[in-house]
Amino acid sequence: MASHKRIDEVTGAETTGHVWDGDLTELNKPLPRWWLYTFYACIVWAFGYWIVYPAWPTFNGYTKGWFGYSQRDQVAKDAAAAKAAQDKYRTAIAAMPIAEVKKNPELFEFARDGGAAIFGDNCAPCHGRGAQGAVGYPNLNDDDWLWGGDLESIETTITHGARSGDPKTHDTAMPRFGLDKILEPAQINDVANYVRSLSHLDVDAAAASRGSAIFADNCAACHGADAKGNTEIGAPNLTDAIWLYGNSQQAVVHSIETGRGGMMPAWGGRLDPVSIKMVTLYVHSLGGGKPEPKKEEGESEHKDEPHEAPK
Amino acid sequence: MTETTGRMGNIPVLASALLFTTIGLILAIAGTDGGMRLHGLIFGLASAAALFVIASRPAERTEKPSGYFDGPIRVATIACVFWGIVGFLVGDVLAWQLAFPALNLDLPWTNFGRLRPVHTSAVIFAFGGNALIATSLYVVQRTCRARLPGRWAPWFVVWGYQLFIVIAASGYVLGITQGKEYAEPEWYADLWLTIVWVVYLLVFLGTLRKREEPHIYVANWFYLAFIVTIAMLHIVNNLSLPVSWLGSESYPLFPGVQGAMTQWWYGHNAVGFLLTAGFLGIMYYFIPKRAERPIYSYRLSIVHFWSLIFLYIWAGPHHLHYTALPEWAQTLGMTFSIMLWMPSWGGMINGLMTLSGAWDRLRTDAVIRLLVVSVAFYGMSTFEGPLMSIKAVNSLSHYTDWTIGHVHSGALGWVGMISFGAVYCMVPWLWKREGLYSMRLVEWHFWLAMIGIVLYISSMWVAGITQGLMWRAYDHLGFLKYSFIETVEALHWPYVIRATGGVLFLLGGLIMAYNVWRTIRGDQPVDVKDQPKVAAAPELRPGVVAAPAE
Repeated sequence: MASHKRIDEVTGAETTGHVWDGDLTELNKPLPRWWLYTFYACIVWAFGYWIVYPAWPTFNGYTKGWFGYSQRDQVAKDAAAAKAAQDKYRTAIAAMPIAEVKKNPELFEFARDGGAAIFGDNCAPCHGRGAQGAVGYPNLNDDDWLWGGDLESIETTITHGARSGDPKTHDTAMPRFGLDKILEPAQINDVANYVRSLSHLDVDAAAASRGSAIFADNCAACHGADAKGNTEIGAPNLTDAIWLYGNSQQAVVHSIETGRGGMMPAWGGRLDPVSIKMVTLYVHSLGGGKPEPKKEEGESEHKDEPHEAPK
Repeated sequence: MTETTGRMGNIPVLASALLFTTIGLILAIAGTDGGMRLHGLIFGLASAAALFVIASRPAERTEKPSGYFDGPIRVATIACVFWGIVGFLVGDVLAWQLAFPALNLDLPWTNFGRLRPVHTSAVIFAFGGNALIATSLYVVQRTCRARLPGRWAPWFVVWGYQLFIVIAASGYVLGITQGKEYAEPEWYADLWLTIVWVVYLLVFLGTLRKREEPHIYVANWFYLAFIVTIAMLHIVNNLSLPVSWLGSESYPLFPGVQGAMTQWWYGHNAVGFLLTAGFLGIMYYFIPKRAERPIYSYRLSIVHFWSLIFLYIWAGPHHLHYTALPEWAQTLGMTFSIMLWMPSWGGMINGLMTLSGAWDRLRTDAVIRLLVVSVAFYGMSTFEGPLMSIKAVNSLSHYTDWTIGHVHSGALGWVGMISFGAVYCMVPWLWKREGLYSMRLVEWHFWLAMIGIVLYISSMWVAGITQGLMWRAYDHLGFLKYSFIETVEALHWPYVIRATGGVLFLLGGLIMAYNVWRTIRGDQPVDVKDQPKVAAAPELRPGVVAAPAE
């Protein structure tokens, strides 16, 4: 095909003489030098890398490289160093009751900092990144607590969860007044009006006054005659402006009908006791944490219980 | 397969169609799960339709076939445009879902997990695959001066491939997947694709064998490398044992880290041989053709072809840095990726330098601009790829949206743009039109796509690097500074920008579909005088030898 060779006018270069499809030709310019030398440099670099680092498989292993570097050793070393840097704090926190940790500024800072990280990856999906909660998931920034807001109560709730299936979980539940036909729909409507009237919401006054008696008969046992709730059994205060499932008539009716029974997992098996202490201190420090109750008031039942999966 | 339609006539072809129909109907009735029964039905009906079409044609050809065999290429070209729109649309839906999760609609069929493979398969295999099938069958005939062999085989390749796409995509939506990225279809769809692909290879080889040209054109080297390697990758990566011959589930042959390595050997080379080598084949024909310039360097094409082919196949482990994969394998993946940089750029140099003496065409011809800009994106993403394969860089970029941005600078910029350019070239040639219906619309397409890509890539760079830095940020006490959800929140606006870029890219695609439709319909081009003469049908081009092989 040499007869097809021609000089390309633009470049002054000769074509190879191959012609396809009428007009497809090719020049035969040399390889660009920068291209070729960069290619060589990459190859030389690769050979160098193979000498230094683990690279080629052999019959009984692989070439280890000059420094015997191993990314597994490296990560083990890094993890050990990170652990060592935190060990003194963790050991100290493990050894003392949670209330004591709070009194030690250095340990408290460590716990709160680590607690924030633990919270972000474990608790934030439900309670929100700022612990602000959502419908059905309590806000942890306020001082309204379902199961108690002092350090030990929070620690217990985190360790065992609520209605989580854990043997020591908070497992009281509100009856399903509607589903189980304990109350008639009209009664539920009345009592919902009454409950909403307690926090000064707009209600049907007649219905609310009818609901007062129903409340006394059915609800006061847990929520209290004054409807201020009881953290022993997780009965919420119904007189404040905080509503876990919303304060609309419809939402309150639905709560009474179904009992809701929100669930929180037990973190005892997933987080080690120190981590639980840390996240407890973090949550407690968000603004609504309550002081520790006086010793004689009890609340000590879970003080000396063994933690699962000690680390 | 053979050209001869002797006494046997259509009997082997009819027998195959009958066999496939029977298999389909058996699966439709006896399949052990709903997905398999549906797919059996689709497969059986498609085979029955083929059976009907073949049977209704004369058993023997009354005259010798003449000219190039372009019917299947026309179908593949239209399929390319159609699936492109589907793929872009689903991709953009996914992009909005990431910004606004409520758009998952809480339905199993529309959630991100099921739609994502619809998007990736639609753009890579349906849009890209049809672009490759159409152009390769077009180019191999022209550059060999030979007709595709067989009477039914090229039709089988094109329609069989569409059938594979339908089965794969409907399976994803129904939750049928083997969970391997870019290789999600289950064992039966894989088997079908294997048959289609082998026939494709034979058609391609048959054309090369019949060629009237002494030399095999460079585009065909790349196409052949793509077809052969994809066959190998597809078969090895999909080796699995069906739970039942009548059910849609299977278990892969390779367990654990070996499975991961096989998967990424496949995955990376799907990029290397389908999205790179195959599309370089497109570049090597359509750029010199459209620019009417000789290819810059024959020598460079030889050297970069062989170095690309040799080096690419090793690079897969860079997808598994810092995993259970042995470190030596990671090293090889990384170093071969670095060595791959220049071989990849060889194609870019050859593509761009072919424009020497015709750079002014960039200003006047939007089709050339699509082709050339695609090569620029190719150069950019084949630099970014080796960069990201370096372990230290990868430790930041891996699992972040930087990877997504990288893939899309290749997919939207390189694969998309060059396919658009090739479609705009081929449609008037295939349908023998004076030119495209409208060059103005090509301009619109170019700029919409271009802005869309820039929005996409830049937002994903920002998102990826933000994400990577947030993930690795520790405070002075050694605790992670950000929770995962905070890194997700940080990505919201980049996600919105990305999805907006996607809308523009999709709009460009719709404009292309409209333009192609008007051209095919034979509408008088509105601006034919602005079009280069190569935009016209092949017969009008000087020096074209349209003689068939026989």
